[in-house]
Amino acid sequence: MSLPEAFSGLWAYWLIIALMMVGLYIVIARDNLVKKVMGLNIFQAAAILFYVTMAKVAGGTAPIVQEGAEHGGGHGTAEVVYSNPLPHVLMLTAIVVGVATTALALALAVRIHGEYGTVEEDEAVAWDMEHG
Amino acid sequence: MRDQIVVLAVVLPLLAAPACVLLRHPRVTRLFSLGVVAACFAIAVALLVEVRGGNVISYQLGGWPPPLGIEYRVSVINAYLLVLVTAMALVVLSFHSSGGPHRVPERRRHLYYAVFLLCISGLLGITITGDAFNIFVFLEISSLSSYILVSLGGHRRAVMSAFYYLVMGTIGGVFFMLGVGLLYQATGTLNLRDIAARLEPSLDDRSTLLALALLVVGISIKLAVFPLHHWLPNAYSFAPPKVSAFLAATATKVSFYLLAMILFTIFGAPFVFGELQLHMVLMPLSILAMFLASGAAIFQTDLRRLLAYSSVAQIGYMTLGLSTANAVGLAGGLVHLFNHAVMKGGLFLVVACLLYRVGSVHLDALAGVGRRMPLSSAALVVGGLSLIGVPGTVGFVSKWYLVSGVLERGWTAAAVLILLSSLLALVYVGRVVEALYFRRPAADHVRPDLREAPLGMLAPTWILIAAAVVFGLTTDWTYGVAAEAAELLLQGGI
Amino acid sequence: MNSGTTIAVALLLPVAAAVSCQVFGRLRHPNLRDLATSLIGVGTFAAVWQLGDDVLRGGRPELVLFEVLPGVELAFQVEPLGLLYGLVASGLWIATSIYAVGYMRGHHERNQTRFFTFFALSIFAAIGIAFARNLFTLFLFYEALTLLTFPLVTHHGTDEARRAGRVYLGILLFTSISFLLFAILFTWRLTGTVEFAPGGILAADTSSGMVTVLLLLYAFGAGKAALMPFHRWLPNAMVAPTPVSALLHAVAVVKAGVFAILKVVVYVFGLDLLRGSTGSLALMTIASFTMLMAAVVAIRQDNLKARLAYSTISQLAYIVLGAAMATATGILAGGMQIAMHAAGKITLFFCAGAILVATHRKKVSELDGLGRTMPWTFAAFFVASLSIIGIPPLGGSWAKWYLMVGALETGFAGQAAFLGVLMLSSLLAVFYLMPIVVRGFFAAPPGGDGGGPRKISEAPLLCVLPLVLTALLSLALFFAAPDLVDLLRF
Repeated sequence: MSLPEAFSGLWAYWLIIALMMVGLYIVIARDNLVKKVMGLNIFQAAAILFYVTMAKVAGGTAPIVQEGAEHGGGHGTAEVVYSNPLPHVLMLTAIVVGVATTALALALAVRIHGEYGTVEEDEAVAWDMEHG
Repeated sequence: MRDQIVVLAVVLPLLAAPACVLLRHPRVTRLFSLGVVAACFAIAVALLVEVRGGNVISYQLGGWPPPLGIEYRVSVINAYLLVLVTAMALVVLSFHSSGGPHRVPERRRHLYYAVFLLCISGLLGITITGDAFNIFVFLEISSLSSYILVSLGGHRRAVMSAFYYLVMGTIGGVFFMLGVGLLYQATGTLNLRDIAARLEPSLDDRSTLLALALLVVGISIKLAVFPLHHWLPNAYSFAPPKVSAFLAATATKVSFYLLAMILFTIFGAPFVFGELQLHMVLMPLSILAMFLASGAAIFQTDLRRLLAYSSVAQIGYMTLGLSTANAVGLAGGLVHLFNHAVMKGGLFLVVACLLYRVGSVHLDALAGVGRRMPLSSAALVVGGLSLIGVPGTVGFVSKWYLVSGVLERGWTAAAVLILLSSLLALVYVGRVVEALYFRRPAADHVRPDLREAPLGMLAPTWILIAAAVVFGLTTDWTYGVAAEAAELLLQGGI
Repeated sequence: MNSGTTIAVALLLPVAAAVSCQVFGRLRHPNLRDLATSLIGVGTFAAVWQLGDDVLRGGRPELVLFEVLPGVELAFQVEPLGLLYGLVASGLWIATSIYAVGYMRGHHERNQTRFFTFFALSIFAAIGIAFARNLFTLFLFYEALTLLTFPLVTHHGTDEARRAGRVYLGILLFTSISFLLFAILFTWRLTGTVEFAPGGILAADTSSGMVTVLLLLYAFGAGKAALMPFHRWLPNAMVAPTPVSALLHAVAVVKAGVFAILKVVVYVFGLDLLRGSTGSLALMTIASFTMLMAAVVAIRQDNLKARLAYSTISQLAYIVLGAAMATATGILAGGMQIAMHAAGKITLFFCAGAILVATHRKKVSELDGLGRTMPWTFAAFFVASLSIIGIPPLGGSWAKWYLMVGALETGFAGQAAFLGVLMLSSLLAVFYLMPIVVRGFFAAPPGGDGGGPRKISEAPLLCVLPLVLTALLSLALFFAAPDLVDLLRF
């Protein structure tokens, strides 16, 4: 696969990878715990996009059976191409997981704020260093 | 009808969790969850008896046949883990400190049990399901609930550790999900056996390689494989000790099962260890884990942290067994999974006993406790001997087979290193024993009123510690099962 | 009573002794406690003795408990070497338990119940080692013995005792885990079995290099044999109360190490495989080196127990030398030396303890003239010293005799050199043991006028009686040699 090909045919994947790295970078580089949670969200969203991209078939439509149409390789009648529904369904679950994770992470951040009086990681660590 | 009990093992705790929220009464919820877990344990044992010798029980969720519907599948390896998880849950839940300084206030206690049951349900689900995405869902159920459990530790750093654990765990989970997605892309199915049958991994197929990489790294984070272990020492040392006991004994073990299943069943040993030579990475990392984590354990002054680092080292033994990819070594890794669960679970329960009476498990605070709390201290000694791998304990059985497997693979140096690393265990266990028995308490630590922990705590602790000796002497139900499971995995079955 | 039951009884009696110690200790009945221990000691010895007839007739009493790992059983079998070691350990336990009563009380030791309990449990482990039918069982009890004797070494709880305890555990577990266990696993890997079998289990075509490596792994792995350079634990263990040094660190523990080497040579390698091999020569050389070096170091020790400890290291090397020869005579000599050295060295330690109790003196240089106030003790010391040196008519002479005969049977080009080593070592033994006797009897006591009879002030009777008896045992063993030759036919 040549380089231009890799970009033109797979641009969605490159976008997803970029998004993932942005998310991961935020998780690693930011001290603010809430921002970390946001980074984590972006990271997860990238993975969800990956599944959605994967399921999309060029020219495909929503997988709802259309009257008078046959799917793939029909004869005579208008040919309808469906996108793969399964990954979409899976992503509904993944989104729920993501929401639950975010909620829990934010709840923990609130607790941390209560304990340390800050949601900045470096300040909290410094506090721990000082108070054992 | 007989097959229905398979799904009950997961559904029971899953339904019991909201029921706990509704029940509210602390003691009732405790007894209720104990009953549920006992039922799950009974189911698990029944399943194990059923599947020993090569039987497989398959259950189709909602009556949909496998490629379309989700299949729950129990072979000897799944049943082995089911028994382990439910047994540990049973022991930990029966560990009861009446009237002590509880970390969860009485009126919220039912929520604790609900989360605990969710965690169990998630772990059992991972073990039992034959569907790749279903694994991800259960993985997240168990992970989310274990973040909560860790955060209940009481100390402010418990919350912080739970947050780190969450971040690391989520990254691992997303990696896993991406890996499953790539596998789906390659094979068009989510059923594990279907994936295994259709996948033709080769070194030229980059997307399959990427899938393998994502899955292995994702699980390695949850398993705390060196050097992805940084969340573990904090999480285990600030979580409530009961929770540490449970998580140390089950969560990492289930992840280990996942790793083994993916490497052997999905991708197959000939590809992973033949073509890809994954052991060239896994074996050195395992050995590094054994030495560096044990080395770190030596310098810990807090017993919980010490045990947590020792866990990282022990995970190294398991992954080393995995990387031999031969029957004896893999069985050694799998038997160590059970053996380590028993001894580390027991040791963390001892920590709970000590913490309950002494108030701290700093080695200075433990000076001279051996005389005041003879039974707890003796349990610590026996558990510690097992960590070292003294014959007559489970640790020895693991070491015996790990070394045999490694020798069979021709890694003589690695075999020597395993044995040498147990000497590091000797040092850190020795430090604890010395504090308990041979050090006089500092002037401000003298506690003439210190008493032995109550029976409700000692009995479960000693059950695990006794198991560490009993299964060190009779190995039919540990090594026997592990050997069968290893055989199955090497054939690419599940 | 069938022989399997007898084995079980021999194993369980020391455990019963430990339990009775705890019970009577809690009830605060020290007299009953010590009486029970001594009586149970007699019972244990009788049980082991009873197995002897069967073994002498060529029987091999067995007791199989259960399978631990597939193909590896927890099983016991009595064969000549094990019987001998079992008899020595249990027989001298009786003497020691009587002696310990006198010593521990005379020396006002604390935690006596714990002491006697762990003492009995150590004997349990020793009997387990003696009767082990396979390498696994042997290793199990070998490690148990290390761990059970640890509280005895650190008995005093002082910083010095704790430091010594660390060295003790460190070296013994280091060698056993890194070498012995490795050797066992390697053997298992090569042969698929860990059972002891007459003629050995290693295939006859095992390469010479492999045999050498394995033999050295076993020899150094049995760290209790105190081969140099893994001998440091033994002098360190001398911080323990003297009965421990006497029975455990002159008899049960150290002999467990050499016993393991003997067993491995006979039943794992097989004499035929080893005889004349490079491994045999290498181990003989190491043993000779240890023998001479330890003896030289012993001469320089002023602390009496340390001197005896180095003497033990030197004398243990005799047994290793015998084993390394891998000839029938060598094994016979090794087995004999187990018994002879046990009787002699335990007497010497008893004497050292008696001197400590009576005068609180620990150093050789402080013993001037003591022989006149403690005649029985010093007479026993003299007799036992002669046995260790190897002078007839004392037991030790036979072991040395057969070792020399064995050295000439090995067929190595320089075999006469080993003869020289043995003679030199005996000479060195004269140098480290005789001065003590000479000082005791002939040197003038410090500060005193040196002349005239002095008041006899021996240690308590319970101390002196056992040491006289064991000294007499050294003498009796000289005449029991034919029986031993009969027993140890390989």
